[in-house]
Amino acid sequence: MSKYYLNYLDELESEAIYVLREVWAQFQNPVILFSGGKDSIVVTHLARKAFFPAKIPFALMHVDTGHNFPETIQFRDDLIKELEGRLIVGSVQESIDNGRVAEEKGKNATRNALQITTLLDAIEENKIDCAIGGGRRDEEKARAKERFFSHRDDFGQWDPKNQRPELWNIFNGKHFEGEHFRAFPISNWTEMDVWNYINRENIRIPSLYFAHEREVVWRNNSWIPNSEFLKLEEHEEVITKKIRFRTLGDITITGGIESEADTVEKIAEEVSAMRQTERGNRSDDKRSETAMEDRKRQGYF
Amino acid sequence: MELDNSQLLRFTTAGSVDDGKSTLIGRLLYDSKSIFEDQLEAVEATSKKKGHIGVDLALFTDGLRDEREQGITIDVAYRYFTTPKRKFIIADTPGHIQYTRNMVTGASTANAAIILVDARHGVIEQTKRHAFIASLLQIPHIIVCINKMDLVDFSEEVFNNIVSQFEEFSSKLLVKDIRFRPISALLGDNVVNRSENMPWYEGATLLHTLETMHISSDINKVDARFPVQTVLRPQSHEHRDYRGYAGRMASGVLRPGDEVTVLPSGFTSKIKTIDTLNGPLTEAYAPMSVSVTLEDDIDISRGDMIVRSNNKPESSQDIEVMLCWLNNSPAKPRAKYSVRHTTNDQKAMIKEILYKIDINTLDRSPNGEDLNMNDICKVKLRTTKPLLFDSYRDNRTTGSLILIDEDTNETVAAGMIL
Repeated sequence: MSKYYLNYLDELESEAIYVLREVWAQFQNPVILFSGGKDSIVVTHLARKAFFPAKIPFALMHVDTGHNFPETIQFRDDLIKELEGRLIVGSVQESIDNGRVAEEKGKNATRNALQITTLLDAIEENKIDCAIGGGRRDEEKARAKERFFSHRDDFGQWDPKNQRPELWNIFNGKHFEGEHFRAFPISNWTEMDVWNYINRENIRIPSLYFAHEREVVWRNNSWIPNSEFLKLEEHEEVITKKIRFRTLGDITITGGIESEADTVEKIAEEVSAMRQTERGNRSDDKRSETAMEDRKRQGYF
Repeated sequence: MELDNSQLLRFTTAGSVDDGKSTLIGRLLYDSKSIFEDQLEAVEATSKKKGHIGVDLALFTDGLRDEREQGITIDVAYRYFTTPKRKFIIADTPGHIQYTRNMVTGASTANAAIILVDARHGVIEQTKRHAFIASLLQIPHIIVCINKMDLVDFSEEVFNNIVSQFEEFSSKLLVKDIRFRPISALLGDNVVNRSENMPWYEGATLLHTLETMHISSDINKVDARFPVQTVLRPQSHEHRDYRGYAGRMASGVLRPGDEVTVLPSGFTSKIKTIDTLNGPLTEAYAPMSVSVTLEDDIDISRGDMIVRSNNKPESSQDIEVMLCWLNNSPAKPRAKYSVRHTTNDQKAMIKEILYKIDINTLDRSPNGEDLNMNDICKVKLRTTKPLLFDSYRDNRTTGSLILIDEDTNETVAAGMIL
């Protein structure tokens, strides 16, 4: 005799599959925003489940800052091959070369904010009406207000004070030409849920998440990986440390943590004992108290 | 690590900063050790800047810039915490009448509602409003937290008086399970830890209540309803003739071999397989997302519903609905709206407003009036094609709908079918 209720991970999985199928049914040309990070990998895995035995009907779209971990790009290309999927790349370097955006100046310059223009351009060029993201409400206070189906106006902007009410599991993706939606199937997942799920489902993730030796620099309270894009300050020293990354973004802004965790199980254990939030090592969120809200309003992920 | 079989409980908290709602949520997060060091440091710094003594727990629920500046909740915010027994999702909603629509939104997916009462003030209009919305949205469990017990000397008499006040009022509502908890969110009494100040109270703490309340029977397990979201046709060599109907069980149970009817066409067949990436299943029940194949080749598309042949939903073009108006522009009499009900899309007209409910007094004022933002009315809808539904009381999924304004594409109303 079965119990007739789902455990929390099964319920979250079922909810995400439902959202992905609603996206497919309600939009003409949706894509999955794929960063190579664990959240977008989990969303892609869920999409396999949602459409099995058919292939994932969405293309994967990667906004490439040009400041990548080589491992991320390799992982992305392998996954596309495995899924027999289609990849769309929006290149920040091209946006710079075309004069759409200008590089930030100064010591802490990054290409983080420049991605907004590249993303919105790619959405427009490819006539995308829904971009599926791995954003979670537990990540950040502005994200806590996100809908599953989140409207963007014809400038790609989010208006958090004027969102469509979202009741039960009925999603309204109706929109006018030029507008688009963002959909967040794993809205209700926490970082811990994601790790427990990766562990349970045996999902492959980039090696960067596992503890490894790497050249790093101590900056803004975390270990920033050494790369050709990093401008060293005079007092800064490159050393080799055993670290792993808790989130993955642009190589210039993603800080590592000291860790010995080299399996998903050990990572899940480590995360459950963590006393810092996951975005604590992301310098893009530290610029101001409302850094995420400000970027999201403009069209950020 | 959590137990593999731990369940998810979604609850809503309605109220304002004055009731101590933010403090209560902060207390739950803090005492259940769900707050991270960097969050704590940020809140400590802000508390100091604002001149508060100690940590202001309410700051943990800070939201958007406007909300921070005004110190209020405008929109629903979702918060998460986990204990070894359960995972929790809090829909944190504003309590002011102006934000009824956001309370309704938060309540629509909740298993439980926490209603806060200030022990000094007892049951007030806002309490009644929250209780009414919880009952309207058929939240299965209500926990009334009588807060600020520290300000009434932890008095048992005050607590008992408020309980009777609330019960007198709530007897008019349709709520199956109401519990009362005397707490002090500020000091932590009976939230996560038992109160030493109220030895007269022998019941459970708030967290213990949330962790142990029985929620598996909140979902309807009798009426098998499977609204089709999309049709899966892989057309690959391996699965050349595969035709799967993808959807999420709204209620009930389906098994291979079950005799089913596809609505609205009325064709009958049998369930052949229930498929997932992890392999076929011997049964599917709510809220599982699966793909179903049938023995016979029938034309089925999105918006259809697969049900057991001996247990069908109602089907009608004329339905009575409790409608909550969610939009700034009032309802246009006899105007057509898009109606979305499960995965089905069609058009509907508001034929008649039967009465409007004053959500503070529960009084009904007769028809004739227009429908404005935050109004709750009983209306008659006429749909272009028959709607396949159950009453909202029996089924929150097949008993709910939304109206969409075709000129703006906005969601303008939420409806519960009577």
